[in-house]
Amino acid sequence: MNDVEETVTRAHHEEWARVVASLTRRFGDLDIAEEAAAEAFATAVERWPSDGVPPNPGAWLNTTARRKAIDRTRRESKRDDKHKEAQMVYDDPPEPLGAIEDDRLRLIFTCCHPALAMEARLALTLRLVGGLTVPEIARAFLVGESALGQRITRAKAKIKAARIPYRVPSAEDLPARLSGVLAVLFLVFNEGYLATGPDTDPLRHDLTAEAIRLTRLIRALLPGDGEVAGLLALMLLTEARRTARISANGELVALDEQDRRAWDAELIAEGHRLVRERLAAAAAGVAPGRYQILAAINAVHTSARDFHDTDWSQILALYDQLVHLDPSPIIALNRAIAVAELDGPEVALAIVDRLAEALAGYHAYHATRADLLRRLGQSQQSRAAYDRAIELAGNTAETAYLTRRRDQLQ
Amino acid sequence: MQYLVSVIDDRSNPGSTDRQPAISAFNERLIAEGYWVFAGGLADTDAATVIDNRGEQAVFSDGPFVESKEYLAGVWVWEAPDLDVALKLATEASKVCDRKIEVRPFL
Repeated sequence: MNDVEETVTRAHHEEWARVVASLTRRFGDLDIAEEAAAEAFATAVERWPSDGVPPNPGAWLNTTARRKAIDRTRRESKRDDKHKEAQMVYDDPPEPLGAIEDDRLRLIFTCCHPALAMEARLALTLRLVGGLTVPEIARAFLVGESALGQRITRAKAKIKAARIPYRVPSAEDLPARLSGVLAVLFLVFNEGYLATGPDTDPLRHDLTAEAIRLTRLIRALLPGDGEVAGLLALMLLTEARRTARISANGELVALDEQDRRAWDAELIAEGHRLVRERLAAAAAGVAPGRYQILAAINAVHTSARDFHDTDWSQILALYDQLVHLDPSPIIALNRAIAVAELDGPEVALAIVDRLAEALAGYHAYHATRADLLRRLGQSQQSRAAYDRAIELAGNTAETAYLTRRRDQLQ
Repeated sequence: MQYLVSVIDDRSNPGSTDRQPAISAFNERLIAEGYWVFAGGLADTDAATVIDNRGEQAVFSDGPFVESKEYLAGVWVWEAPDLDVALKLATEASKVCDRKIEVRPFL
């Protein structure tokens, strides 16, 4: 990549959401904003190599996009006098959010509105906030481009027809709405971290990186929110182990077998800083949410020199706290893994077996049972559990790992 | 912006029948706060008649246009500045009516 291309890519990362957000605010229309932003970036790709990069790329992109949008609204208003009526409603939040007021926050809350289907929220967020193209998003979620394009078009049409506002929710609604935004970002991250599909790379760095980038953006916009910090820390501490997690031949490497020297020390340090910040808040009496607890669990793992050095009692205490907040069977399953390290596989298996009904269709349930049965020397039952886990697992690296473990059984 | 707010009942799991006083109080509030345009409860779908006069002769048929487990039990029309306001009211309405609520914008 040459310098100009690099500058365009960087400008795209840094400025896309800002350009779309400010155009949406000014023109009250997501379609106009998206198209004008895309045109402005296309113009940059065309002109910057010959004209040189402007001194302030962000300002140049904003101005260019605004001109494109004005041209378009002029053309449209001749056709349709009602366009003013169709403008999105926005107003300032009833209570100020602090010093930072940014149109990108409005954009994020609109894209993640609970009246939109989850798959539409994912697609809209990646397109309008993340700036990914329709083919890129279609590839990420293994759907056809035209289907994905329609999904985005339908979502934008609903925002317009039903008047989903372009607004940061009121202080009273903010926690619930923000948790909806974080759920979208966590889904994007997880799809990258444990990508599904037989022909997909087991790890999609593009998706994990995008999720982290967007979470960083929200963190910059809402620096005081504990769950935002928690989710960012959780992603960083997970991403830090990315390269150690898949072997050269594409097999998943479990935590106990990972080469910890391959972990990204910088990401871990940043994640630990965030976790410490939240621990200080918790000490001051602010109850942590689930992302903060999950981040703390990952901080314990990434603090250990090796697997045996792990402070399992600390991990179990954190899981106990988490079960309190979220009594889901998946959390109970992960808690059982910590129990196995502290009290042995037999105690853990008894807990896991109680989850049979709820988790019968979940590959990790069978994989966990298979491992516990293996440790208890019950090879035959372990093999059957591995078989079921392999059948259900959608990630190629995980399937390879489970197959090897099954075939190593005595 | 006007929204059609439909109250949906379920034959296999009907909502409670003692909601009228709560609904009346809620209506008073909708009127006082300027959201109320229209409200009406509907008779059972058995009382519906469908008319089709697209052909040569009008055809009348007994019963609703679609038979389903879920059916429309009543409607409101609300005037609200945006969907967030309508959804907030609808969230309350669902509790007040003890039934599901659909919010749909008018064109």
